[in-house]
Amino acid sequence: MQFSVIIGRLLESFVLNCEIFIITLAFGLPLGLIIAFGSMSRFKPLSWLVKIFVWIIRGTPLMLQVIVVFYVPGLLWGWRSFGRLEAAIIAFIINYACYFSEIYRGGIESIPRGQYEAGQVLGMTKTQIFFKITLLQVIKRITPPMGNEVITLVKDTSLARIIANKEIIMMAQEYSAKGLIWPLFSTAIFFLVFVGVLTIILGRLERRLDFFR
Amino acid sequence: MPVLEVINLQKNFGNLEVLKGIDFSLEKGEALSIIGSSGSGKTTLLRCLNFLERPDAGRILINGETIFDADDPSTLSESEIRKKRLHFGLVFQDFNLFPQYTALQNVILAPELLARSRADYNSNKKAILNEIDNEARRLLAQMGLTDKLGYYPHQLSGGQKQRVAIARALAMGPDILCFDEPTSALDPELTGEVLKVIRSLADKNTTMIIVTHEMQFARELSNRVIFMDDGLVVEQGSPKEVFGNPKEERTKQFLSRYNN
Ligand SMILES: Nc1ncnc2c1ncn2[C@@H]1O[C@H](COP(=O)(O)OP(=O)(O)OP(=O)(O)O)[C@@H](O)[C@H]1O
Ligand SMILES: [Mg+2]
Repeated sequence: MQFSVIIGRLLESFVLNCEIFIITLAFGLPLGLIIAFGSMSRFKPLSWLVKIFVWIIRGTPLMLQVIVVFYVPGLLWGWRSFGRLEAAIIAFIINYACYFSEIYRGGIESIPRGQYEAGQVLGMTKTQIFFKITLLQVIKRITPPMGNEVITLVKDTSLARIIANKEIIMMAQEYSAKGLIWPLFSTAIFFLVFVGVLTIILGRLERRLDFFR
Repeated sequence: MPVLEVINLQKNFGNLEVLKGIDFSLEKGEALSIIGSSGSGKTTLLRCLNFLERPDAGRILINGETIFDADDPSTLSESEIRKKRLHFGLVFQDFNLFPQYTALQNVILAPELLARSRADYNSNKKAILNEIDNEARRLLAQMGLTDKLGYYPHQLSGGQKQRVAIARALAMGPDILCFDEPTSALDPELTGEVLKVIRSLADKNTTMIIVTHEMQFARELSNRVIFMDDGLVVEQGSPKEVFGNPKEERTKQFLSRYNN
């Protein structure tokens, strides 16, 4: 088969990886913040519940979680199953939101108490303190670890094939089955280019936040 | 009438009684120094006055009006406290400037946020913001920082940071400005510049409470001195009395450690 046709097919299937990536970030980033506030809640039962949930999600393989979301609702409760892509994306969002939540929590807790107290003494409300004082400092601190997670997510998107989502590696494997091996190796290039672009964007963001310490 | 009256203020941390019933008052324009050994409760007292800690008992009066009463829940709500704490300003030992804002922005931030709740804010926005900006520049100039307006905290020395922090506190127009060991996080060669601006504030009759270990400074600057030990006011009086002729044994012991 023609080289350009195969590359075109791979590119098409890589769109699925990109979709999973973007939707996971779009929902996982805010959900992670909510989970972070839950785990920092002063209402102990809530914070324990959230912490146990985060422990389970971070303590088990993402691949398993994808399978569970796809099969378990149907098997256990006889629900109509999620679609393959839906199931994968739901598992990804939950999984990454938990990782993000820990990063948010670390970032928020690393802000010295004196920053809040200085704001309080100056008569600011809690909301003003969060948006005007802490938020940007938190963003600065979490940008590097968030960057790592985001780059991991790019590569993790290929796990969606475990429930037969035709992402790029699954597509390439179809060619290997027919005896054509190079497409599989060439998928690396797609990931490398994507991660390369992300690295540049993240680097820019870090430099934009370099004006303060 | 004294600008500040503190009556039987008590604070516990769990089983630890840190303030065991503090009484004192402060006249307008007075500079009061609080001295005492480590752990005697000086910081806790300032934090109570600034509502960073909630006292377990006691009352705080400003110009005769009760602004805090541990027995009266209506003085304890968060929005009440936010209004009433503005009677006080606090300068922290370790500055706590906001790192993402320049010196000028650090001073402007809180007054601007407060101005938003003014009734005439929308109709008069430009004039109000202009006034806040001018006032901030005036205060920073008074602190000798005219050429540092656009500097971020990490570009300033400790002494400069502390002077920005003083301007920031003054910008809210507090009745009483509190300092918690304003120079103890500074290199010795930088303490002078900060003490100098505090002295200039005293010369302008700014009402101040200064917790300090700089005995010489407290002696020269203050109108009155309180010696605290173990959560109690052990002795108070003019600097001459407390430093020159202490009556209490504990005061003598404490001061003798500074004299040799
Ligand atoms: N948040 C807290 N929780 C528990 N104990 C506290 C807390 N803050 C202060 N303490 C205790 O209260 C006592 C008084 O502390 P405080 O900081 O008021 O002393 P200080 O007079 O300011 O001492 P220093 O001169 O060292 O600054 C100390 O024994 C301290 O350990
Ligand atoms: Mg102290």
